[in-house]
Amino acid sequence: MEIIVCVKHVPETAEAEIAIDSSGKGIKTEDLVFDINEWDDYAVEEAVLIKEKLGGRVTIVTVGSEDADKTLRKCLAKGADRAIRLTDKAFDGSDAYATAKILYGVIKDLPFDLILTGTQAGDDGYAQVGVILAGFLGIPHATMVKKIELMEGFTRVNRELEGGLEQVMEVGTPALLAVQTGINEPRYVSIMGIRKARQKELKVLGLNDLGLKEEEVGESGSWITVEEMFIPPVEKEAEILVGGLDAISSKIVETLRARGLI
Amino acid sequence: MTELFVLAEHRRGELRDVTFEMLTKGRELIARADVDLTAVLLGHNVKELAIRLADQVKKVLVVDDARLKDFNEVAYQKVLTHLISERKPVLILIGHTSFGIDLAPSLATKLNVPLATDCIDINFEEKKPIVVRQVYGGKVNIKASLRTSESYIVTLRPATIEAKEVKPIGGEIIEVASPLKEEPTTKRFIEYFEPPAGEVDITAADVLVSVGRGIKDADSMPIVEKLAEALGGAVACSRPIVDKGWLSADRQVGTSGKTVKPKLYLAVGISGAFQHVSGMKNSELVIAINRDAKAPIFRAADFGVVEDLFKVVPILTDRVLQEKKSSK
Ligand SMILES: Cc1cc2nc3c(=O)[nH]c(=O)nc-3n(C[C@H](O)[C@H](O)[C@H](O)COP(=O)(O)OP(=O)(O)OC[C@H]3O[C@@H](n4cnc5c(N)ncnc54)[C@H](O)[C@@H]3O)c2cc1C
Ligand SMILES: Nc1ncnc2c1ncn2[C@@H]1O[C@H](COP(=O)(O)O)[C@@H](O)[C@H]1O
Repeated sequence: MEIIVCVKHVPETAEAEIAIDSSGKGIKTEDLVFDINEWDDYAVEEAVLIKEKLGGRVTIVTVGSEDADKTLRKCLAKGADRAIRLTDKAFDGSDAYATAKILYGVIKDLPFDLILTGTQAGDDGYAQVGVILAGFLGIPHATMVKKIELMEGFTRVNRELEGGLEQVMEVGTPALLAVQTGINEPRYVSIMGIRKARQKELKVLGLNDLGLKEEEVGESGSWITVEEMFIPPVEKEAEILVGGLDAISSKIVETLRARGLI
Repeated sequence: MTELFVLAEHRRGELRDVTFEMLTKGRELIARADVDLTAVLLGHNVKELAIRLADQVKKVLVVDDARLKDFNEVAYQKVLTHLISERKPVLILIGHTSFGIDLAPSLATKLNVPLATDCIDINFEEKKPIVVRQVYGGKVNIKASLRTSESYIVTLRPATIEAKEVKPIGGEIIEVASPLKEEPTTKRFIEYFEPPAGEVDITAADVLVSVGRGIKDADSMPIVEKLAEALGGAVACSRPIVDKGWLSADRQVGTSGKTVKPKLYLAVGISGAFQHVSGMKNSELVIAINRDAKAPIFRAADFGVVEDLFKVVPILTDRVLQEKKSSK
């Protein structure tokens, strides 16, 4: 099995203070910690599990800056065999469509039986790159995949629908599957493991290597352009309880009693 | 006259709410432009759904084909490519749902039409759509424009636009012959799968103590279990807790879990992603505990506690137990 996994190196923002940068179109990233996109961690795990069962090779591909090597090394430590980073000044400002074109630029010449991506990236959350890439490659896809069974010439997948329901589909292979969180339990890798993985191949390619023209990528090659970034207007805000842990607990208890909840 | 398409979403014989949310937005958009609003319904034996849609919109295009009975992106994409190429609608609205996520990017790539996904709003400025999207887990919004084109595709986030129905207008139902030639071979719908129900029904509980990733590890779960027990409620959770296997899937609140409306929803260490909030926003009273004052959950709560949950929850649990003892 030749498996390609597309991963993105993204900032962790769930607990971080977010500030808009001077361009007004992005956030300040200097103080943020970057890591593998949550969904992609599951995709890498799934690829490694399949390889462990059936043999083969796992190739990781990312579009990003040199910083993304941290994520690539992590993937290699998890059991991937080689990594390709696609880096070029011209790629800046790419949306999902342009990113898919860049990925296509390298993947079109690689052997594969299966391509895995995440359902969405936690930063811009387009939930598009995988499906567009599949379109360029002319292969079928399935998104929000929670279970993968590989058969001869096709794969049987469970797609997550709303409300806990799933849809079982059969998709011809080679296929692109965009996985959903919870499909497996991503393994933990130690610093030692990451260090050891340094021997594995990590290739860097740019615009010219992919046979792409500058106007096909970046902002000019994108479907959408960010005009403005802003903090969402607050329509309703909770009343924040203050005064120390005891006072806060008492206030909550009072509120609950007043409503007959205790 | 040019059209604005709303792709009706239905499952197991029922139209999904997002359809009416999109129709509401569509109606608002055409009020300021010379455009017809058209609902597009693909399915099999969907007469009743067509009639229901025709109550709300002047024109319903129906493609009836056995191969469209259950959602299959390949079949849907082929039919829509045909309809869009023929009728050249200025905008196609699709729900940002499991169906829309599978379909919209493939349709846009096929037609080479610009697409903006997961939008919470859309407006036309000088004939071009300007969309609003949430990024970074709902902490910031962006306004974005789409590359100039004859048509555009936009997917709308469910449960963000309030659906408003108009008095039944008895619109026209237009049947279009199915352009599908053969059975899609690269993708087949097999069946629906419903995970077995668990022992606790969180939708029936009056009090829910809901726990999120802030709890950090499985060993800490008892602190929220104790609070739930003290309050006589059940433990619910956000998705990562189920993904990690700390609680079973029937405890999950949100778009891919359950929708709950308890008398009290206590959110502990939950950031308040929209997929979570849409499953609990109709709770009667929401109290959120989160150490990040900017967490979006505070926009969905009545009361907020900006503290470390490991400090507040045990003290709160004791207080509740004391209160119960003294009122006996
Ligand atoms: C298609 C799709 C469907 C989804 N369906 C659902 C769904 O049904 N339900 C759902 O919940 N999610 C769903 N999600 C996931 C959702 O987008 C979020 O990723 C998820 O809700 C985040 O869970 P969380 O708030 O527990 O974790 P995080 O976002 O990581 O937030 C953890 C919070 O805990 C706080 N915290 C950390 N430590 C402490 C402490 N010591 N004391 C107090 N606070 C602390 C942090 O400040 C942070 O706000 C879905 C996603 C997708 C793409
Ligand atoms: N810059 C990138 N490099 C490699 N893969 C990416 C990149 N951006 C997105 N992807 C892949 O596409 C998936 C969906 O991302 P998105 O469409 O941006 O929400 C991610 O989970 C990744 O697998």
